Amino acid sequence: MKNVAIILLLAAVILGFSGPTETITVKGSDTMVILAQRWAELYMQKNPGVVIQVTGGGSGTGISGLINGTTDICNASRPMKPSEKSKLKQRYNSLGVEIKTAKDGLSIYVNEKNPVQEFSLAQLRGIYTGKITNWKEIGGPDQRIILYGRENNSGTYVYFRDNVMMGDDYSSTMQSMPGTAAVVNAVAKDEFGIGYGGAAYGKGIREAKVKVDEKSPAYAPTEENVKSGNYPIARYLYLYVRSRPSGAIKDYIDWILSPEGQSIVKKVGYFPVR
Amino acid sequence: MIKKRNIIGALVVGITGMASFAVVASIVVIMVNIIAGGMDTFSISFLTESPKEGMTEGGIYPAIIGTFLRVIIMTLVGVPIGAVTAVYLSEYASSKSKFAQMIRFAVNTLAGVPAIVFGLFGLGFFVQFVGQGMDYALEGGSGLRWAQPNLLWASLTMALLTLPVVIVSVEEAIRAVPRELREASLALGGTKWQTIRKVVIPNSFTGVLTGGILAISRGAGEVAPILFTGAAYFLPHLPASLSDQFMELGYHIYIMATQSADVEATSGIQYATTMVLLFCTFSLNFIAVVLRYKMRKKMH
Amino acid sequence: MDKKISHKPSDIAPDGFIRKILFFGIKKKNKNSLEKRFRLSEFLAEKIIAATSFVSFAFIILIFVFVFREALPIFSGYTDKQSVISDELEQETYGDIPSESSDEADRHEELHQSEEPVTIPDLLSTTWQPVSLKPKYGLVPLFMASLKVSLIAVLIAAPIAILAALFTAFFSSKWTKEILKPSIELLAGIPSVVVGFFALIVLATWIQDMFGLEYRLNAFVGGVALALSVIPIIYTISEDALSVVPKSYTEASLALGAAKWQTALFVVLPAATPGIFAAVLLGIGRAFGETMIVLMATGNAALFSLNPFEPVRTLSATIGAEMAEVIFGDTHYNVLFLIGALLFIITFALNAIAELFIRRRLMRKFGGK
Repeated sequence: MKNVAIILLLAAVILGFSGPTETITVKGSDTMVILAQRWAELYMQKNPGVVIQVTGGGSGTGISGLINGTTDICNASRPMKPSEKSKLKQRYNSLGVEIKTAKDGLSIYVNEKNPVQEFSLAQLRGIYTGKITNWKEIGGPDQRIILYGRENNSGTYVYFRDNVMMGDDYSSTMQSMPGTAAVVNAVAKDEFGIGYGGAAYGKGIREAKVKVDEKSPAYAPTEENVKSGNYPIARYLYLYVRSRPSGAIKDYIDWILSPEGQSIVKKVGYFPVR
Repeated sequence: MIKKRNIIGALVVGITGMASFAVVASIVVIMVNIIAGGMDTFSISFLTESPKEGMTEGGIYPAIIGTFLRVIIMTLVGVPIGAVTAVYLSEYASSKSKFAQMIRFAVNTLAGVPAIVFGLFGLGFFVQFVGQGMDYALEGGSGLRWAQPNLLWASLTMALLTLPVVIVSVEEAIRAVPRELREASLALGGTKWQTIRKVVIPNSFTGVLTGGILAISRGAGEVAPILFTGAAYFLPHLPASLSDQFMELGYHIYIMATQSADVEATSGIQYATTMVLLFCTFSLNFIAVVLRYKMRKKMH
Repeated sequence: MDKKISHKPSDIAPDGFIRKILFFGIKKKNKNSLEKRFRLSEFLAEKIIAATSFVSFAFIILIFVFVFREALPIFSGYTDKQSVISDELEQETYGDIPSESSDEADRHEELHQSEEPVTIPDLLSTTWQPVSLKPKYGLVPLFMASLKVSLIAVLIAAPIAILAALFTAFFSSKWTKEILKPSIELLAGIPSVVVGFFALIVLATWIQDMFGLEYRLNAFVGGVALALSVIPIIYTISEDALSVVPKSYTEASLALGAAKWQTALFVVLPAATPGIFAAVLLGIGRAFGETMIVLMATGNAALFSLNPFEPVRTLSATIGAEMAEVIFGDTHYNVLFLIGALLFIITFALNAIAELFIRRRLMRKFGGK
């Protein structure tokens, strides 16, 4: 019985080795996983000879994958940090190549029942650093604000810290969620919760408007507002590769930047760069 | 006085009974909840289709295959080693030998190591140490094939994790082989090895089977060790070789519940995947329980 | 079969020192038994079997070595110090998308993480903030969290499991036993990710509604869910401990006119205490190392507090959540391995103590048995 199993397995492995020829591994940002998946799905339909493996885990995962050599393409929702570039340089004598593929408005989620409609950047900073702890301080009910955020490996975590909190540390009461979906889920189930994440995930909760300061108008993360730059917390979504793309990887990236690839960006809920 | 004693007695029986009932009830609650949530999404095509539309639709076919492959490789590696160790412990080693005590100690320790530490070990040892070594040896260090998480490393990590399960249940089975059978074989001039091969092993085959099944059931549900040794978020193709990453049922549940594209839309898929995994582990456990029951019956 | 009989095994078998090495660890042949003649197949079989069984031991050593090896750079003070490249080195771009917001780029250049080696006092601080402009690797809140969740889990699981074990041992009829025992095995067979999923989606909401909690995901929810995976362990070992208590104890007690419940509570239970204590220790060990359940159900905030209804971030969940992302060889990476090493030591110690209790105390108590 065991012999049969071994033979079957060997056969499977041997046959398997003669399968598809090109494999591209893509790893990184959870925000971009759906997007990367759709790209991969469609691209493989058109190019049966290519296999694209997509994994999430966060921008940090992707970039360290690029540095460790465990991925060909890295999805990142934040630019690479100098320390990361230097590590890449150290190992591959290359700073890596950056490709901007889409634009994303970082949404602030609140529960549908929450009366607070808009936040200023200063308020968000106060909330997430732990200086504002009650909804009534910003015009809501007298209830503790429950903070939800992303795990520290995510580009969203770093982007939000650098651009909303100006580099301050998050309050330690923030609950770290392993994925944006978990943040959405948590806020949807928690009447007094607040969370942040990519626009693509914003279902089942309300996306609040954001204003730069008390005097300026508040904008929702819609396509026009993000494209025009009115919505204050928007960012690029990047692909990184170790060296100037060539071969199958180049074809794939070119396709992503083509109108066809960019149309998927729109379908998934982000904003095309071309 | 006697009356009071009886009341307390009834109370003790009641309380202990309640505790037992709570255990059974919790299983029922979990199962009912998960089946209720997953029944609508579940269908045959759910088992045979790949995820579609950014994993908000379609089935879990690649995850099933991935789990299956991982479990097979794990079993092929782990069960023979476990069975042989069990033979050694019960047939060759005297309980006083230092070597045997050392092995026994190792097995006990292995059983107590947290799953996540196995994951770290898999990453540090298999992926980075062995994998890198293989890459240097096979491809001169230029390619990157084995020094990354893949099916082989995940399976080996899992084989290690399930080793104690196999050893314990095979040992139990071997001990259940009647002494008379062994003595008869030895009396007829059979050597020790002949006795083991011709008498002990065939008679404890059920035990080896049970051990294997329990290991599979344990291994099929464990996620922590494969978080960084091979599981992938999404792969449109089945793993084609041992050096590919793979999708996996338990990991699929984890990422669908925490990182999926659209929590509301995928809730059915999450429940249904959980249902499939539960069904697999439950039926495996059930088979193991029945086998063991039969074995014990034969023994007495 | 070979017909030639040799009465002196040493003619063929290696002798003296070499023989000792080869036969190391293998059960000495019974002195009085007929001396068996050396056979190659016998010899090889025994060697191969002994060697294979060595695998478990080898891997325990390897686990120890490899987990500690990756954690070591913290203590040796060695860090991958490299000069951060100067900012003027422009990264290549591809696909010529115009870069509009130059100020955004500027800001990122300013905010890079300082990379200083970790010291022991750093590890003992109360903030876990590994991805920060000034990373803080305080393990204290994580350790407290693991302790908190494990204690909650065991405080819930132990009474239920021990009572259920008592019930099975003394009061259950045959058919209830036949439902209970397989149920416990089924419970043990539920994958932890399934328990975690159930806790995350269903249980957390129930508990929040029931107690009106501020935090939906918290240590208590994690503890309750963990209890489900701890109950089978405590139950099984307690039941074992109860059944090992000699029949004479029970019979003596009953003969003296004690009721069944009195015998159970005042005679058998105390006699089985060491075993039950060991069961609880093993339960704590299991709870301490369990990952998926706490990763999904406890909220993962590295708070430093004793409140059981606040979210926690345990040692194991921290590894699970952060390991996949770190750069290999980085300080953060080393610290995560250090956490792994810590988990290894703690569970190892708990298991060893439990083992001691089961072995020694039971042996001493029931001497010859």
